[in-house]
Amino acid sequence: MQFWIIQILNSLAFGGILFLLASGFSLIFGLQRIANLTHGSFFMLGSYIGASLLREHTPGVDLWLAALMAGLLVALLGGLLERLVLRRLPGNPLGQVLVTLGVAFIISDACLVIWGGDPIPVPTPRAVARPVIVGHFAFPTYRLVVVGIAIAVAISLHLLLERTRLGAMIRAGVDDMQIARAVGIRVSVLFTCVFCLGAGIAGAAGVLGGPIFSAYPGLDADMLPLALIVVILGGVGSLAGAFIGSFIIGAIYTFGSTLFPDVAYFILFLPMIVVIAYRPEGLFGRSRA
Amino acid sequence: MTVPALDIQNLVKRFGGLPATRHVSMRVEAGERRLILGPNGAGKTTLFNQITGDLSPTSGSIRLFGREVTRLPPSRRAHLGIARTYQIVTLFQQDTLEHNVMLALLGLSRRRYDMFRPLASVPQMREKARRALGQVGLDQLGQRKVSDLSYGEKRRLEIALALAQEPKLLLLDEPMAGLSTEERTTVRNLIASIPRSTTLVMIEHDMDSALSLVDKVTLLHYGQVLVEGDREAVVAAPQTREVYLGL
Amino acid sequence: MTRLLMTLAVAALIALPAYAGEFYINLASQILIAAVVAMSLNLLVGYGGLTSLGHAAFVGFSAYVYAWLTTKLGIGNGVASVSALAATTALACAFGLVALRATGLSFLMITLAFSQILWGLAYRWVSVTNGDNGLSGITRLAPFGTSLDSAAGFYWATLGVSFIAFLAIAAFANSPFGATLRGVRDEPRRMAALGHNVHLIRWITFVYSGFWAAVAGLLYVNYNKYIHPSALSIANSAEALLGVIAGGSGTLGGPIAGAALITILKNYASAYIERWNMLLGFVFLAIVLIVPEGIVPGLQRLVARRGDRKK
Repeated sequence: MQFWIIQILNSLAFGGILFLLASGFSLIFGLQRIANLTHGSFFMLGSYIGASLLREHTPGVDLWLAALMAGLLVALLGGLLERLVLRRLPGNPLGQVLVTLGVAFIISDACLVIWGGDPIPVPTPRAVARPVIVGHFAFPTYRLVVVGIAIAVAISLHLLLERTRLGAMIRAGVDDMQIARAVGIRVSVLFTCVFCLGAGIAGAAGVLGGPIFSAYPGLDADMLPLALIVVILGGVGSLAGAFIGSFIIGAIYTFGSTLFPDVAYFILFLPMIVVIAYRPEGLFGRSRA
Repeated sequence: MTVPALDIQNLVKRFGGLPATRHVSMRVEAGERRLILGPNGAGKTTLFNQITGDLSPTSGSIRLFGREVTRLPPSRRAHLGIARTYQIVTLFQQDTLEHNVMLALLGLSRRRYDMFRPLASVPQMREKARRALGQVGLDQLGQRKVSDLSYGEKRRLEIALALAQEPKLLLLDEPMAGLSTEERTTVRNLIASIPRSTTLVMIEHDMDSALSLVDKVTLLHYGQVLVEGDREAVVAAPQTREVYLGL
Repeated sequence: MTRLLMTLAVAALIALPAYAGEFYINLASQILIAAVVAMSLNLLVGYGGLTSLGHAAFVGFSAYVYAWLTTKLGIGNGVASVSALAATTALACAFGLVALRATGLSFLMITLAFSQILWGLAYRWVSVTNGDNGLSGITRLAPFGTSLDSAAGFYWATLGVSFIAFLAIAAFANSPFGATLRGVRDEPRRMAALGHNVHLIRWITFVYSGFWAAVAGLLYVNYNKYIHPSALSIANSAEALLGVIAGGSGTLGGPIAGAALITILKNYASAYIERWNMLLGFVFLAIVLIVPEGIVPGLQRLVARRGDRKK
């Protein structure tokens, strides 16, 4: 029973981290039609920055602050990428994809140069290091916290999109870019904001995932395809889809890795194939022409 | 009674809550020339798109020469003898006129899946293409790129693509839109010269040019058939005057 | 004139081992293998308009099947080769059915996801693939008993296979199907209205492209006598894509030129720069931002513009 509790919480936490990663990707793709292949690198970069900061053991710098700082730094980097490079390729989605891939390679090698080839562990914050004991069972606290954060971010994003002016502008842009421009929405500023937001969440998620994954070279290549599968499964541009898809994939990955380690990767395939076979636009996606 | 070229029964198309086609029934006999009239938003192109298969009707049936085609995809309908032109000219801009027509010919050819022998080896492709271009008066421009053509010439090429397939039912969506008076006359004469072995259904806004080309007229309004009958009857009908002149 | 040049080029290629040292002969073999990969990808990307980031999966899968059948099951090289081709083509059939439910960027993402899953399998399914150790002890094919162990011998065999691939793909480009495919790339709705089965056409192209990737995979595994999961990495798929785009997609010669460029760059750069990936990334950026249509057409454009300015 204890085993199952650990597995369930692991899968929920994994799903939570995946959601943080996939939501940013989905937002960027939904609004700007850019498949941002740098997203995995943003996650890894955030992870390394957080690990670095925490390694110094500076008083007052805990995981949460590190996550915030990493998120801001990565958001800044994302903004630069969007303004300086992606902006030069309007109406060229293929070019934008290739460029994000190129930047992903650059960041990936840069991390190798800066931080070396060995994984850097990220310590679980003291406050939540001890498990929560209920009856005979222990619940790893940090995992619970991660799930909580994911839910909080999901709710915040939902409120942002549904209740704020910024959100309304984003939704308008997703629905019909030309009309959005025509009614005076400053689309270029919007694009940069959304890109920074997505990148920042990915960077912060990298730090939050630190105690679970550590920061290591190849983290980007491990996380990116999972984010892609989540977005394809859940439907591009749909927050609900990213949420549900993340937990489905999180569960399959965790239980698959534990029970069928040899072919866990293959099992990830199946829900995506099943969904695409019947609904190419994903569970919650809108069918685009 | 011969089998009608086109038999539409009780066709309904709803987009979400919006009814674009409301219980349209229509019979076009083989060899007939039919004009579909109606103001903007009447649902003319939506009706066309359901006949060609680009849109799936919510309910109702469409029969082509007696054969049920309602759920058939567009490419299959082409093999049953339907051809169409589009309101906005849709051609292969970077290719020559001859190449454009050859793509149309390939659509119905058994050789279209051949990936080993050269295109030039398909028998009579070149001749048939030239003939089709000749039919619309563009045979001199066979080797030019489509992007070099004038709008009127592009329109005629569109019609050539359709005619090259020797269709049993030809659907023309506003063939004279955006043309100069001179180009309009050329296209009019072209349409008039199409043999009766091809049934013709045409959407047109410009009543003056189109009326003399057709036998019968169907007037659509808000997705419904308002009036149907031969030319004079429809022109004289009070509903027509109401719709077009607001009387 | 072009005929003469082509004949001279082919003659020079055949005679290469006579005047070049072993390093260059091997480099030439690598270029030829990269060229076959690029040509096969170009079927999809250039002629089909379907950009895939999962092509390395087919190359690698073919290599692994050959390696596994020969080293783990002791099956003869010839039978293993045919099996590898058949298995990879079957995989392409299955992948294509799912991936082609989407188009554009979604298609790209699905091909990437598929390819990453195969890559992950290659690493994790240690009992079959040996994981990070890779499969070694592979022997080269010996067609009709001739050994291909020498650099020159292998080079000639590869040259022969690449030439056949080139002829097949050139025939494809000039065929009715090739014309149809380009039509589908440019105006799919129009093509459907004209009677073409757009979905089937794309799927056939996907499978055929996978087949030639499998051929390249056999060349690859025979050259290296070793296969490692990194052969299926995104970096490899990206390199292949870069080769196609750098040379100029949608042409016959473009991918070959692009593949040659990338291979040469890789070989020389790795002597000076440890971080090939980073260089690759910068090359990607440079090409997309400066000469997006490919080096050859791009150079022509830049030269034409300078000529205009001088006037």
